[in-house]
This record gives sequence, structure tokens and C-alpha cells, in this order.
Amino acid sequence: MSAAILRINPVAKIAAGLLIGLVLVLTLDWVSGVVALVLEAAVLPFAGVSWRAFWLRTAPVWIAAPLVSITVALYGRASGHVYFSWLLANVTDGSLALALATGIRILAIALPAIVLFITVDPTDLADGLAQVLRLPSRFVLGSLAALRLVGMFLDDWRSLELARRARGVGDRNPIRRLFGQLFALLVLSIRRGSKLATAMEARGFGAPITRTWARPSSFGWPEIVLLLIGAGIAAVAIGASVLAGTWSFFGAR
Amino acid sequence: MHDLDLVIEPGERVLLLGASGAGKSTLISALAGVLGGEEEGEQAGELLLDGVPASRSRGRAGLVLQDPDAQVILARVGDDVAFGCENLGVPRDEIWDRVRVALDGVGLALPLDHPTASLSGGQKQRLALAGALAMRPGLLLLDEPTANLDPTGVAEVRDAVARVVEASGSTLVVIEHRVEVWRDLVTRVVILGSDGGILADGPPGVVLSRDGRALAAAGVWVPEYPPELPRRSRASGPVLLSVEDLAVGRRVTVASGLNLELAAGGLLAITGPNGGGKSTLALTLGGLLAPRGGAVRAAAELSAGASNSPIRWKSRELLTRIGSVFQDPEHQFLGATVRDELSIGPQSLGLGADETRARVDELLVRLRLDALAPANPFTLSGGEKRRLSVGTALATRPRVLLLDEPTFGQDARTWQELVFLIAELLDEGTAAAVSTHDATFVSALATDEFTLSSAGVLR
Amino acid sequence: MSAVSTPKRSINFTWRVVDIVIAAVLAVACGVAFWAWDTGSVVPTTLLSAVLPGLQGILGGVWLLAAVLVPLVVRKPGAAILAEIVAATVETLLGTAWGPDQLLYGLIQGLGAEIVFAAFLYSSWRLGTAMLAGAGAGVGLTVLDLVLYYRGQTLAFDLIYGVSSLVSGALIAGLVSWLLVRAVAKTGALSRFASGRTSRQLI
Repeated sequence: MSAAILRINPVAKIAAGLLIGLVLVLTLDWVSGVVALVLEAAVLPFAGVSWRAFWLRTAPVWIAAPLVSITVALYGRASGHVYFSWLLANVTDGSLALALATGIRILAIALPAIVLFITVDPTDLADGLAQVLRLPSRFVLGSLAALRLVGMFLDDWRSLELARRARGVGDRNPIRRLFGQLFALLVLSIRRGSKLATAMEARGFGAPITRTWARPSSFGWPEIVLLLIGAGIAAVAIGASVLAGTWSFFGAR
Repeated sequence: MHDLDLVIEPGERVLLLGASGAGKSTLISALAGVLGGEEEGEQAGELLLDGVPASRSRGRAGLVLQDPDAQVILARVGDDVAFGCENLGVPRDEIWDRVRVALDGVGLALPLDHPTASLSGGQKQRLALAGALAMRPGLLLLDEPTANLDPTGVAEVRDAVARVVEASGSTLVVIEHRVEVWRDLVTRVVILGSDGGILADGPPGVVLSRDGRALAAAGVWVPEYPPELPRRSRASGPVLLSVEDLAVGRRVTVASGLNLELAAGGLLAITGPNGGGKSTLALTLGGLLAPRGGAVRAAAELSAGASNSPIRWKSRELLTRIGSVFQDPEHQFLGATVRDELSIGPQSLGLGADETRARVDELLVRLRLDALAPANPFTLSGGEKRRLSVGTALATRPRVLLLDEPTFGQDARTWQELVFLIAELLDEGTAAAVSTHDATFVSALATDEFTLSSAGVLR
Repeated sequence: MSAVSTPKRSINFTWRVVDIVIAAVLAVACGVAFWAWDTGSVVPTTLLSAVLPGLQGILGGVWLLAAVLVPLVVRKPGAAILAEIVAATVETLLGTAWGPDQLLYGLIQGLGAEIVFAAFLYSSWRLGTAMLAGAGAGVGLTVLDLVLYYRGQTLAFDLIYGVSSLVSGALIAGLVSWLLVRAVAKTGALSRFASGRTSRQLI
């Protein structure tokens, strides 16, 4: 199963994630979020991702969701019973319901996307974008090559840090040092990018010739099934929320 | 460059020489058709490949550049080699045949899905060569392909080029400032003058014996005219820095059980293959990386009141004690101008404006950078950047100087300047440790040599 | 403030390879920064919304950087949209709490800045234009946020949020990008771009 997921065209993975994300964001209610989460929980174990990778990569979501919920609970639209009030903060029935719905919606949108994208290989994605979606190949491949350069940022960053200590400015104001290093990194990456562009041109990149593709990128049944699963989750979640009467389209109350 | 007339016949192998700034790289980029269009500059006259303007015949010329890291395009070895073929519209089945033949030709026996990020410098250059070869170019252009490589990498790339050129009979144009690497392979040497024209043109033996001396003076490495070396007594003074049973590494230990000493006036050469931990050792000695085992100890004369463990020193305390010069000068630049760059150290020490200016002025002259004082450090040439990065360390007059590959990719002239500069510092009582592949440098200056092998430590 | 003759005024629609690669490198770098800010901004957002609900919009400018920085460097039509989409793709692939909806944000924010550069016929790269473009991207951000995340708030909230986002876009995306390009140009790294050759003459 996980091997099958690895082979699925990344374009389909992104499309499925986007489908859920764009549909669920239309409403802000707890029913649609909970239903989507339950369905996702049933499917995600088959996504070919280890638990360790799952928790590591989804950590930002688990941090952001509760914090955003707290903000909404304190400052969200007030209605119903008031539990707590201090300066501009108002914890009410309404704001608590909104907070719950917001937190759940973040999880329902972000988790499947992250899990699906962990197994996306950038090269395969670029192949898919250019061959399946027919996006302009020069831009797709240029971005792919740029992505590889950024992989070298980490080594550069460490060298920049040590170099600053060696230059006697390592104990300076950390904010100032951070920006200094970011700037140096920017300059380094532009220089490297310029050289890379020359190397790519030397390999005929950008020549007015119709390009061929060494790696085929196909879109068949496995991809369609994945899209259907995504559409299904979105449809069931929306249906449930409409039936439950909690659906709230674009702020309609 | 201007008014250049040059005809290269099919099958010729040309070594292109000239001083820095003579336009060698411009010419080779023009031949490869990658010089950029009218948005970037002016062009007069014509440049034809097989009778077709070079800018419109991409793919007829294959180009390999100097920087191994900047010409890996894709993440997997096979995909990277295939990239050029794809751009030329080669059918898919033929692409993979070509990829295998090209990788075979350069001696890279790796699986097609091997990650390019894990290749060594020499392997990356051979990968770039394979990528060019897969396009089946009639002309192979090499722009200092071995300048950034260690001796093993240089040999790898040179042998791969020799094999490929013998097999295909393709035309070869190579720029290189180390003559001995390519001398036996090329059939013709062309020397570009600094005014943009051609100074000399002919068979290698003839040109090198006639113009060798002038070339050497312009910074080209000509075996018959090696750079001058300083005379040194090589007597060293008290030990300033010592290590006991040291283990070094970032996240994993790369070398351990190290014992060595740095004495005033002495130069310890740290040699050995890439990946053996030379740079890591230099960083650890310099108080920049914490030891993973054992200790780096500063003698009382060096620590001068601070802790005897350099890694515990404040960043500012390092300045007068240990100066570290990194392999890539650009990692160390902080200032907006060359003058600022040299002033930062003295200013951090709290030296007054007058003292700072005096030190900087003296260094500018000593490093032949005085005309460049207002220039942005990033805009300097390779040799100037190297001299400036050494200068930034010298400005605070550290007792110990650590240099990582200071002579890497330098032309003969900068090399000689660096060697004389370091010799002076040693005579003044500085202790130095230098990680290097450069055997000439070691024999010129080292008082002691320490070889790190990937399998452990040799002495 | 002296008038400097510009070499060429015509719009150059053709993207050279170096334009594409550098635009992509910058956009990918922005994408990594966006990703870091997705998590890094959560606590400041909470704090700012406690000071004055809606004021958290002032943090949004970071996500608009690519929309101004990249066009200022490459000076090609479509650069703002391209950069924001590439950045959003990287951000999404790295995985954030906001999921793939970032791609929609990228498109709309990029469009906001693109419209401004287009209105100046892709021939003005001054500070004022840059700040306007940043604010334009801020309009895109505000509209999406108010519709998708802060639905049904009071008019006062919407106004405060909108104004702070626009100011943030003008300052963080507009001013900072402009200063960055000027500083990078001085290092000679942009010598293959018109922005690197003429930026010293710009006011």
C-alpha cells in the first residue's frame, strides 16, 4: 500500500490536499471539521508515513491549532453566555464554538496535506507539473533546480555562524547577527544561482527546441482514486454539516 | 575583450592561458553560447560554430565550469546527465542509452538514482562532464574544471577528459592556470593578452619555452618557472596551543586520538584526503567548534588571562589570540567596503579610530588592496578576496593563525604573495596551522606535517 | 533627485534563463522564510490581537516579501505572481498549519502586487512603487483572511486588520525588499540584471 502511495503522481497528491483544503475553508463549523478528521484518520495510516515522521512534520500544526483557538476564544465574535471578560477579551458561548471550529478546521485541512506531501519527491512533482498540468517547463525546471540550491543553505548557515564568531562579532546583538547572516546567505545564493543558470544554459536549457522528457509522468487510475477519496471526504463533511444545520457559508450565520 | 581572431579546427585540443582578467572565461562562455543577450552587454564581430552563430547552436558545445556545487542541476545522477539531452529534444529511449554511455565514459559507476548531493567535488565535475558528453557535442569547453579540486579530484577529472577526448576525437578548449595538468593532452596553446588580443599561439612545447617566463609572471603555473620561495630558518619558539587525545567532528566524530602542538614561529601543515576532518580540526583548534573528546589547551602566554580552553572564549577574546581564515572568503565578509572589512576587528577590540586607521592603512598596502579600499568585498577577484580574508584576521594581530586551504585555486602570483606574507608572520613569532592539499606550500613553509587519513591518524 | 536617463524603457517580456533561476532561488528562499513565520508568528499574533483586535495584520507583510523582492530583481512581467506561487508551494511542501490553502494566498497576494507593477507598465522600480506593490499584495492578504479566517467580525476589526496589513505590506514587503535589492546590488551579485546595474541611480 505504501509503495503504491509513493508511486502516485505528486500532482494528484497536491490536488487531493487542495480539494479538501479549499472546500473545508468555505465553512467554519465543528461538524464538517470533525467528520473530515474522522474520515482522514481512517485513511491516513495507509499513506506510507512512519509515526515518527508524522509527528515530526505535523508538529507546527499541533502548536498552531490550539494557539489560534485560544485567540479566537478570547476575541472571536461574542454571543450567548459570557464566561469571562477582561479588557477586549470576551469568552462567550459564541467565541468558544468558533474557537473549537477553527482549531478542528486547521487540523482537518493541514494534516492530510502534510501527510500526503511528505512522500512527494520534488523531481517527480516537477515532472508532473510540466507533463500532466502542462505548466511552462522552463519555469518548472528552473524552480526545481533552485530548490536543490536551497538544500545547501544549511551548510552555508553553519559556516556563516562560525565565521562570525571568528571575526569577533559572534556575541553581538543576536537580531542584528541574524539579519547579517540572512543577507550574506541571500548574496551567496544569488551568486550560486547565476552560475547555475549558466550551467543550465550550457546544457541547452531554454533553447528554442521542443523538450523531451527522460522520465514519464502519468496520471491514471491510482491518481483518480486518490482524487475521489479527497473529493469524498470533502463532500461527506459538507453534507454532514448541512444536514446538522451547522453549515455557515462565507460568514452567513 | 575585442579584436580577437581565432580559428579552431575540428579535433584540436587547445589550452587557453592568460592573466586574470584577460577574458578567458568570456571567450569560452561565448563559444558555449551562454554569454547572455543584448540585455547584458555589447558584442561586435561574429563567433561561428560549424559556420553557425554560437548563440544559436547550443548543444554543439559542451561546457564544464569551475564550481562543482553550482553545476549540479538535479537531485539524481541519472536525471542530471539526462537534463541536456532532454533540452535538445532527444527521444526518451535514446536518452538513457546516452546517459549510461556518458557515465561510463567519465568512470562514474553509480546507480542512476544515486543522490548528487553525496558526490565528492571530483565526482561532481565528472558528472558535469558526463552531462555535457551526453549531448554529443563536437566541442568540449572546460573552464578551470579542476581549480576547486583536491589532487585526487584533479587526477580523476583530467583522466576522464583524456579518455573521452581520445575516444570521441572531439575538439577541446580548456582554460586552466596550472599548465602541468593539461600539458600532455593538448596540441595547441593560445595565450590571451590583458589587452584582449592574442599574445602567442602554437604547439605547447614551443609556446611554453618561449613565453613561459612571462606567463609565470602573469600568474600562470608553469612547471619550469616555479614561484619564488622565502628563505626560512624554521626555528620555533614556545608552544602556544596544544591538543591532547582530541576528537573532532560536528555531529559525528571524524577524527580522534589527535595529539599535536603549535609553537610560535612554527607552521603545522594538516594534510590528508577530503572528508578526513582537516577543516573540522582547524575549526576546533580555532575555538569555533567544541571538541568531541580530549582537549584543546591554550598556553598561559596565549590565553593571557582568559580560560585555557579556546571554545570558552568570548568571540571578541578570540581576535587577539586565534585568527581563523575560512576556505570560502565570502563566508567571512561582514563589511560594505574593503576598508570596513579590515576595520571591524580592531573596532571590536575597542582600539581608537587612529590606531584602527593606521593598522588598516598598513594592511591595505601590505595586501596590495589599497586601490580597492572603497570597493565592496564581494566584487573582488578570487585572489583579492583571499588576501582580504587573510587581512581581516591579521588586523587584530592574533598570536595563532589558522588557515583552511589558503592557496586553493589561486594563481601563481597570489600564491607567492601569500607564502611570503605567511613567512613574515612566522618570523614575527606567529604560530600557524594550515589545512592544505598543496604539497608545494607544505614544502615551502611547514615546520611540521600532520596527516589525517579517513581511517585514522598517520604521522 | 537628478533625472537619470534610463537606457531602455520598453517592456521586455522575455524571461532569460538567469531571470527564471534567480527568481526561483529567491522565491524558494522566501518560501522557507514563510514556513518559519507560519509557526513563528502564532504567538505574536495572539499578543497583538490582545492589544487591539485586528492589529495582528501588521505581521502579514513577511508573507508578501516574495511579491515585491523578486520583481524588483528580475523586472519581468509575472514575476510577482510566479514568486508568490513558488514560495507558497515550498511552504506547503514543508508543511504548515495553513495547509494547501497557501497556494491560493500565494496567487492572490502575487496578483495584488502584479497589478501595481503592471499599472506602472513594468518600468518603475522606485521605492514608492515597491511600497505600493507591497500594499497591493496586502490587499490580497486582507481579502482572503477576512473572508476565510476572520469572517463576521465587526467593521472596526475589518478596518484595523486591513489598514495594518496594507501598512505591513508597504513596509515589510515594499521598503525592506527595496533596501535589500539596493544592498545586494552593491555586492555585484546582480550584475547580470538591470536592477544590479542601475539601482545606484535610483532614488
